[in-house]
Amino acid sequence: MNPNYIFTLLAFITILCALYVVISKNPIHSVIALILTFFSISAHYVLLNTQFLAIVNLIVYAGAIMVLFLFVLMFLNLNKETEPVKSTSWLTAAAIASGCLLVVLVATLREGSELVMKSPNGHAGLVKTLGKLLFSKYLVPFELSGILFLAAMVGAVFLGKKKGDDDQDELIIQDNAGGNNG
Amino acid sequence: MEFSLILEKSILVLILTAITLGIATYLTYGERKVAAFLQDRLGPNRAGIFGIFQPLADAGKMFFKEELIPKNAEKWLFILGPGIAMVTACITSAVIPWGGDLILGGRTISLQVADVDIGILYIMGIVSVGVYGIMIGGWASNNKYSLYGAIRASSQMISYELAMGLALIAVIMMSGDLSLRHIVDEQSGWHGMKWNIFFQPLGFIIFFTCALAETNRAPFDLPECETELIGGYHTEYSSMKLGFYLFAEYINMFISSAVMACIYLGGYNFPGMDAAWFSTHPNWLSMIEVGVMFAKVSFFIFCFMWIRWTLPRFRYDQLMHLGWKGLIPLAIANMVITGGWMLLFGK
Repeated sequence: MNPNYIFTLLAFITILCALYVVISKNPIHSVIALILTFFSISAHYVLLNTQFLAIVNLIVYAGAIMVLFLFVLMFLNLNKETEPVKSTSWLTAAAIASGCLLVVLVATLREGSELVMKSPNGHAGLVKTLGKLLFSKYLVPFELSGILFLAAMVGAVFLGKKKGDDDQDELIIQDNAGGNNG
Repeated sequence: MEFSLILEKSILVLILTAITLGIATYLTYGERKVAAFLQDRLGPNRAGIFGIFQPLADAGKMFFKEELIPKNAEKWLFILGPGIAMVTACITSAVIPWGGDLILGGRTISLQVADVDIGILYIMGIVSVGVYGIMIGGWASNNKYSLYGAIRASSQMISYELAMGLALIAVIMMSGDLSLRHIVDEQSGWHGMKWNIFFQPLGFIIFFTCALAETNRAPFDLPECETELIGGYHTEYSSMKLGFYLFAEYINMFISSAVMACIYLGGYNFPGMDAAWFSTHPNWLSMIEVGVMFAKVSFFIFCFMWIRWTLPRFRYDQLMHLGWKGLIPLAIANMVITGGWMLLFGK
């Protein structure tokens, strides 16, 4: 089968799912459509023979981040009634802003996509090639992004930990001890 | 050439799916027999001799039961849930090498559907996606107990996936490749006994614990904890949809046993596989390798059942403590020790 047909089909599915994310009134449906979008993007990566990128996209985005999204949405119990209604001026502003973004993206990627398709060999996206490149040519950026991730992680833990959490724990333990003695 | 390759792979996929489903069916029977054995009972013994037709009777019952979809449930997502659980359980077997090559009529036939570059990561990816079946089904039921089950399942999966991945990194560092075929072939030294479990005992224990948690088996079956949540995520399910959820659990158990056998127990390698007789009879070697692989898988499945009928269920906070404060630091330590060892003494 001609890869072009597969690409067209995949692109169609991707855009359809992405549109449903925006159109759907139910946030859970939106998230599920977003998961499908990630799946079809992974399929695009497979088509370019960048297997590692495809599976990492699945593990990180579809498998972890989207699970957390769904997790939080299930707790919030959002539905049509609780959806805040935006005024027309807001909607117009958002439409113009995203339209500008679309124009810029299309203008940049129109010629960029040719580059990806013409990559010298099909092994560029395999784990071995990618790993060797990351640990030789791009070692410094790679290590720096690692430090950035660590900083973000520490920040997230710090934000997630409420002030005086430890004191409260101690208080509860003391209470329990008191209760037992009494 | 290309057509025959597609045909060959299609037949292999068909056989594998049939075997997986057949084994999963008989695992339900095996589970009851093992439970009976551990509790000093007889177990199912009415349908056929030793009750071997019990799974067929159960499946028949499942199909003919009345199918109920709750009035306030999200109908399509309610149907989608068990479907996702089943599909994700079935597609994992694609990258597992079941044996060496068969040579039939001058053609070399690999007993592995796809030897992809990312083998083990593919399994991790599908496992992490598998939780959607439980989450979506639990949410769509519109029942608070189902929702609790779904939420427990997702947080448990995310927590234990981390430790699982970290334990796996140590093995990948040793083999230097993500392909499962390569990892298994690396363990063929010492006359077929150079298994990773001898180098990674701690990693194996961490991985095994995480596999129990990822398949929602006792003592980690909090998502369907009957004493607190009625039936957990499948409270509202009936008929074959419930059957699919239960079936998916057994398939997951089978596949995770196969993965553990490949990564830590040498896969299809067995002591004495380098005997001279085998080099002239490669097909016999392959057939014995498949048998050995299935023997190892059966052993792991028995362990899964043994643990289920021996240990009581964890409390939820204990589960999280074990995952985040016990297994993850241990797995990181294991990774650092493996790295240090390889740096100092070579492989």
